[in-house]
Amino acid sequence: MKGGGDDAASSAAASASGPPPSLEWRFSQVFGERTAGEEVHEVDIISAIEFDKSGDHLATGDRGGRVVLFERTDTKDNVGSRRDAEQMDYSVRHPEFRYKTEFQSHEPEFDYLKSLEIEEKINKIRWCQPANGALFLLSTNDKTIKYWKVQEKKIKKISEMNIDPSKDPGSSSPLPIIANGVHADKPQDYLSKDFPFPPGGIPSLRLPLVTSLETSLVARCRRVYAHAHDYHINSISNSSDGETFISADDLRVNLWNLEVSNQSFNIVDVKPTNMEDLTEVITSAEFHPIHCNMLAYSSSKGSIRLIDMRQSALCDSHTKLFEEPEAPGSRSFFTEIIASISDIKFSKNGRYILSRDYMTLKLWDINMDSGPVASYQVHEHLRPRLCDLYENDSIFDKFECCLSGDGSRVATGSYSNLFRVFGASQGSTEAATLEASKNPMRRQIQAPARSSRSMTSVARRGSESPGSDANGNAHDFTTKLLHMAWHPTENSIACAAANSLYMYYG
Amino acid sequence: MAMVDEPLYPIAVLIDELKNDDIQLRLNSIRRLSTIARALGEERTRKELIPFLSENSDDDDEVLLAMAGELGVFIPFVGGVEHAHVLLPPLESLCTVEETCVREKAVDSLCKIGSEMRESDLVDSFVPLVKRLAAGEWFAARVSACGLFHVAYQGCTDVLKTELRSIYNQLCQDDMPMVRRAAATNLGKFATTLESSYLNAEIMTMFDDLTKDEQDSVRLLAVEGCAALGKLLEPQDCVARVLPVIVNFSQDKSWRVRYMVANQLYELCEAVGPDCTKTDLVPAYVRLLQDNEAEVRIAAAGKVTKFCQLLNPELSIQHILPCVKDLSSDSSQHVRSALASVIMGMAPILGKDSTIEHLLPIFLSLLKDEFPDVRLNIISKLDQVNQVIGIDRLSQSLLPAIVELAEDRHWRVRLAIIEYVPLLASQLGIGFFDDKLGALCMQWLQDKVYSIREAGANNLKRLAEEFGSEWAMQHLVPQVLEMVNNPHYLHRMMALRAISLMAPVMGSEITCSKFLPVVVEASKDIVPNIKFNVAKLMQSLIPIVDQSVVDKTIRQCLVDLSEDPDVDVRYFANQALQSINGAAVA
Repeated sequence: MKGGGDDAASSAAASASGPPPSLEWRFSQVFGERTAGEEVHEVDIISAIEFDKSGDHLATGDRGGRVVLFERTDTKDNVGSRRDAEQMDYSVRHPEFRYKTEFQSHEPEFDYLKSLEIEEKINKIRWCQPANGALFLLSTNDKTIKYWKVQEKKIKKISEMNIDPSKDPGSSSPLPIIANGVHADKPQDYLSKDFPFPPGGIPSLRLPLVTSLETSLVARCRRVYAHAHDYHINSISNSSDGETFISADDLRVNLWNLEVSNQSFNIVDVKPTNMEDLTEVITSAEFHPIHCNMLAYSSSKGSIRLIDMRQSALCDSHTKLFEEPEAPGSRSFFTEIIASISDIKFSKNGRYILSRDYMTLKLWDINMDSGPVASYQVHEHLRPRLCDLYENDSIFDKFECCLSGDGSRVATGSYSNLFRVFGASQGSTEAATLEASKNPMRRQIQAPARSSRSMTSVARRGSESPGSDANGNAHDFTTKLLHMAWHPTENSIACAAANSLYMYYG
Repeated sequence: MAMVDEPLYPIAVLIDELKNDDIQLRLNSIRRLSTIARALGEERTRKELIPFLSENSDDDDEVLLAMAGELGVFIPFVGGVEHAHVLLPPLESLCTVEETCVREKAVDSLCKIGSEMRESDLVDSFVPLVKRLAAGEWFAARVSACGLFHVAYQGCTDVLKTELRSIYNQLCQDDMPMVRRAAATNLGKFATTLESSYLNAEIMTMFDDLTKDEQDSVRLLAVEGCAALGKLLEPQDCVARVLPVIVNFSQDKSWRVRYMVANQLYELCEAVGPDCTKTDLVPAYVRLLQDNEAEVRIAAAGKVTKFCQLLNPELSIQHILPCVKDLSSDSSQHVRSALASVIMGMAPILGKDSTIEHLLPIFLSLLKDEFPDVRLNIISKLDQVNQVIGIDRLSQSLLPAIVELAEDRHWRVRLAIIEYVPLLASQLGIGFFDDKLGALCMQWLQDKVYSIREAGANNLKRLAEEFGSEWAMQHLVPQVLEMVNNPHYLHRMMALRAISLMAPVMGSEITCSKFLPVVVEASKDIVPNIKFNVAKLMQSLIPIVDQSVVDKTIRQCLVDLSEDPDVDVRYFANQALQSINGAAVA
């Protein structure tokens, strides 16, 4: 990307024009809405959401191994004047999507060597560069990454054959083929290189006539990148160079070339020689959006490591380490568990990294490794209940996080199908709690005013207990909103509540 | 539905199968496209077949790849060069598919066709095609365009040439790194067709942009451009414009770029000439040899000998040798292995005295390396040192190294050393070999791994070829014959295998007097596997021995075997008997 990326650099740090006004979130669409009393099938639960770079397409993956694609409808008719239309009529227009197609990306498998079942659940989806009107994406389950091409294909009908197939019943190929592909029949004279055909050719021969009537969307698996991970893949991420991507599991990060599926390079390996010494695992990894040599990965100990692939082939030593020093005296049994980072995302301009741990969202400036520039309380109200959460394993839930395209807002999910949106611009006090339902503002509680923050002092806000009622126990830990994505160019959020995909705009 | 005359049936089927549902049949038809074209005649090929193929670009990649290849040699089938332009449309659409190998093949074919086209056609149809691709909406088309400029440029008018250069410049600054990579890759090729005035002005500007690209993957391709452009430029321009770039690249932040410099070093040295190599590239190379990244050191170590060939021995000893010494104890085994594979070649460059003084200690330490590949690499190049200082100085260390490799627990290592035994034998001489290595050769015949036993048997044959049958009679044959009585049937079988390999080398007389009696004896073995191997062996002996021996001994033995209770033994015995009869008839 040349020159791009500066557009949003200002938003998080600049303060000249003050923070943008808080957004009012409205319901836009829902796909796969549950009717009252309808049971959710495990396979239908959404496990991955991703917008493509242009924001014209959205993909979701589910536990049944399916990938569903949606396409934007509100820009199709007047693509040329989209920007003008938005400026004129900003509040009316918002991204609307429609179902495009779906395909079965992964099937359940069994690893006979390790006696392990491999679930078909889609862990991550990443869009690749489109080409020739076809869409490309990577999808992965625990072990295997696949490269998909989705394309309109003409349905062909063939007429005008030389040989009437109806008069030659039994086989589509009337001549036996021998191993080297040459017809093993007598008249090979005609097929030999030296046979003298008449100079004008043989007029009675004709080419098959192909007529195509309609088109249909076809998804084809172009490549399968398998057998490179001993542990479960938690992330995949494309490089800005357009030819490579990484895949990360608990202990390793591998680098692939999109065109080469039979080899990958191990670039990070945190596996200790003795597995008993294992104290930390990789939880998430992402390429820098602009610099192809930089990537970041997060760990279960709450640290983020920035790696420069220029420095060496094996990047076991990081270039920068981002972690928050532990507050003295606050250590408890849960400290390490809740410090574990479940997701990291680079901002579009590559300047910031957003991380989500169990209790908070943190925004890091990659030029400042002393601490986060901002941190937002998401689950502070759950602190007294960590014991319960540990008992029922909820404490290990992996919530994703996302940034708006301009970097001015951040969002993440919570329990009871709630998600929270915070303003990330300097001076912004925006903090909204929304519910993934047709009435997102139902649970909204006004955030109290908070102290302003500077780049060095960390602001803590949103520490009120959102969503829970006065008794503090309204949280439904079974309905959790883990997966969400922010539209790359507009204030629009897609989030998954079980099997339903909700979209909101602000 | 048309009906076709009976004799045309196969060709008709071939044509129909262009659209068969089975990809193998479609592939088969596409690969015989020239036959189809000849059957249709030139005119209908132009008017029907080619347009038909143009519509076909959404087929499977394998079919498209075959099609792209076929079309490259299709000019004769469309009626010669004056009609060559009809081939462009199908190839143009193949240039836009997203599968790289198809695109590359299509570009290849277009270049082939373009270089044969008449100049007027080139301007009328080829250049517009390049322009269309370069302006393509999707990156795939623009990537393909980069590979066509060098063909399009020749024979253009000045106006068009200016336009092409400016389009190429745009491609060098494309938004997509894939396109910039393609532009970097093809820059050297394009530059060769350019007038030298533009070379200095325009191409070098594009080159400068690419060398400063923010994407590592683009910059590292520009390294190859250094070599290509350096050769085209006048020496002083090269020194002024390319040399600084090379020196910068050798200190690039990205190890992949430095790796490319190390890898391309020889070509880069050639481009800048011997003087600059000595003054500027020696320090750069020394830095690469001491690089932090092992991958870079591996590439650099592998170029030591070639680089030193360009220098005089003094410079090599003064600057390069100290690094080589360090590399011989590098922490990475792959670096040591890369060094070991080339370092013997330095002996002839440095001459006898310097080799003994400086290189010999390094050879010896590498021969004791803990990593077998390092030792193997040294041993495999022994002949180069032998010519300079003789083998004696090394043989003391050589023997333990060889023995250790011969007994390595990894069979692939054992296999590798067996391959070098004939070379070792010829370098070390018969005397040394008899003393030390003869026993090893027999030991391999009884290895636990089949591949080693097989290689061991083959080794005996190669030794017999090397030292002659008389020597083999003394040193190899007795041991082999003794093995036929080994209690283990696999070892007996290996003895037979060795016999079958050695017999052609040893000649008829020895075969009849020494081998045949043993083989006949073996035909009475209790293990059927031995017996049918005897049958096979006998069959292989037939052409070596006299007809009388065949009639007297072999036939009888085979007849006995052909009545064996075991079905396999009977089968192979009968096969051998048949070949006797066949030989008799002939």
